Amino acid sequence: MTRSTSQAISGAGARPRPGWHFAKPSVIPGFGLTLGFAVTYLTLIVLIPLAGLVLKASSLGFEQFWKIASDQRTVAALTTSFGSSLIAALVNVVFGVLVAWVLVRYSFPGRRLLDAVVDLPFALPTAVAGIALSALYAPNGWIGSLAGHFGFKIAYTPAGIVIALIFVGLPFMVRTVQPVLEELEAEIEEAAATLGANRFQTISRVLLPRLTPAILTGFALAFARAVGEYGSVIFIAANIPYKSEIAPLLIVIRLEEFNQPAAAAIGAVMLVIAFVMLLVINLLQAWSRRRFGNGV
Amino acid sequence: MASDPLAAPTSLVPARNRPAPKRRVSPTTERPAVKYTLIGIAVLFMAVILLLPLLTVFTQALVKGPGVFMKAITEPDGLAAIRLTLLVAVIAVPLNLVFGVAAAWAIAKFEFHGKAFLITLIDLPFSVSPVVAGLIYVLLFGANSMLAPFLNSINLQIVFAVPGIVLATIFVTFPFIARELIPLMQDQGSGDEEAALSLGASGWQTFWRVTLPNIRWGLLYGVLLCNARAMGEFGAVSVISGHIRGVTNTMPLQIEILYNEYNFAGAFAVASLLALLALVTLIFKTILEFRFGAELAASKRH
Repeated sequence: MTRSTSQAISGAGARPRPGWHFAKPSVIPGFGLTLGFAVTYLTLIVLIPLAGLVLKASSLGFEQFWKIASDQRTVAALTTSFGSSLIAALVNVVFGVLVAWVLVRYSFPGRRLLDAVVDLPFALPTAVAGIALSALYAPNGWIGSLAGHFGFKIAYTPAGIVIALIFVGLPFMVRTVQPVLEELEAEIEEAAATLGANRFQTISRVLLPRLTPAILTGFALAFARAVGEYGSVIFIAANIPYKSEIAPLLIVIRLEEFNQPAAAAIGAVMLVIAFVMLLVINLLQAWSRRRFGNGV
Repeated sequence: MASDPLAAPTSLVPARNRPAPKRRVSPTTERPAVKYTLIGIAVLFMAVILLLPLLTVFTQALVKGPGVFMKAITEPDGLAAIRLTLLVAVIAVPLNLVFGVAAAWAIAKFEFHGKAFLITLIDLPFSVSPVVAGLIYVLLFGANSMLAPFLNSINLQIVFAVPGIVLATIFVTFPFIARELIPLMQDQGSGDEEAALSLGASGWQTFWRVTLPNIRWGLLYGVLLCNARAMGEFGAVSVISGHIRGVTNTMPLQIEILYNEYNFAGAFAVASLLALLALVTLIFKTILEFRFGAELAASKRH
């Protein structure tokens, strides 16, 4: 349907008045009801409670807020959360792109099964993943005992945190890169090959730049998820203050100590980080749409 | 083969620089050795990172025999946890379903100012840490909150009680159905609805008989994902539940308690039920994508 006919139809019911309109007139009913319900529900469930957190944190006053936020244990927990999330997201960039590549480009027995398994971390509850990973990587577990032979300890160390965060982040990476890879035209690779590029050059200079927005978005999504992750991490981390204590756990600890101001302050810091990540992801997608015409 | 246009460039290379003739490889794919190495790495990585943990859940659940397994899930606290988990999902999923349909209807069928901002706000709960999701309700309804006197006067306890668990679960599963339906309904446009309306159908008739059949598979897809998360949510629920055995313990919290008591077989027994749920969800999801891929295609891009 062309733009003019759609306008003709939607304008058929009520002739649009000149001037500013909140919504474009339409023959479809239910705008007020559905938008009203959606916005009310959103406000009650999400916006007011989040505003409550911001209010609580700001009622502390800057000095006290800063005292909590710059407390050594808080800084250590945030550093642990960010550091391990960063490493996990970087590992997922490498293996996520590899898995997406293999799933899109090659056909082999079990490909469909492998494709379905990618979503396992979305479907498996974090607590289940947490105890399973912990049992697997503990010194007496299947992988833990193997690593022990070589003198490595994974569970109950920061390395365990990274393993758990790789687990929860992997599907974000694969599922962001996969559709973009599927839509790439074979022609550009053929053109590169005709012009004398070898396969490595084609991949690194032709394909990779096209995949960059998707990779960055997948990285941001996996990173954002990892920073806030709780359930799968606390079982495999030893949760030692200053060493392997993540920021969400510190919030829980402060709440259990009935120290609500501290919990609110750390929660507000994490909320701000979440907002920044959301903004970054939106900007990446807008950039990708402008540059390549697809919002990853 | 000389007529193959793709083979042409090699003949432009001077003879002395030309590589020794070997098995021809298509210029737009990798050599078999590279290909099988990459497949091998991907399969190995997925097996170690994803499949081994899943296998661990089931082997650990049954390692002490079926007796221990059954005891963990049929003891009163275990049964209470299963009941509460089902109750929470039964409340949270339909509420988010109604919201998802309403939001998608408003966003997909109408043009209005601030639409992009509204979509961002709907996605917001996905970026918030589950622990923060629990925390906001503790601050809002807890003993020190502004609402506490009012809640006490009407004898309604939210924190450390079932209503808080339901609220936290609604928050973390908030976007699932809406973000499944919005791209799907945007892709489908309003043509069918306009036709039905012009033929005299009422608004509700149009929704039930035209829109709903169009979006049913996408809706089911969203409900499946929403339900899996609602039953498995741990962080948000953990903060707000107070961990009262047999009263405010959901299945994930029961897993934590059993695990911390070193009852590993019991913890994995309860965990295996949730892992089964995850497997069933994945299987349904794969079937839906396979059979109704075209009707889900729009949402799969996101």
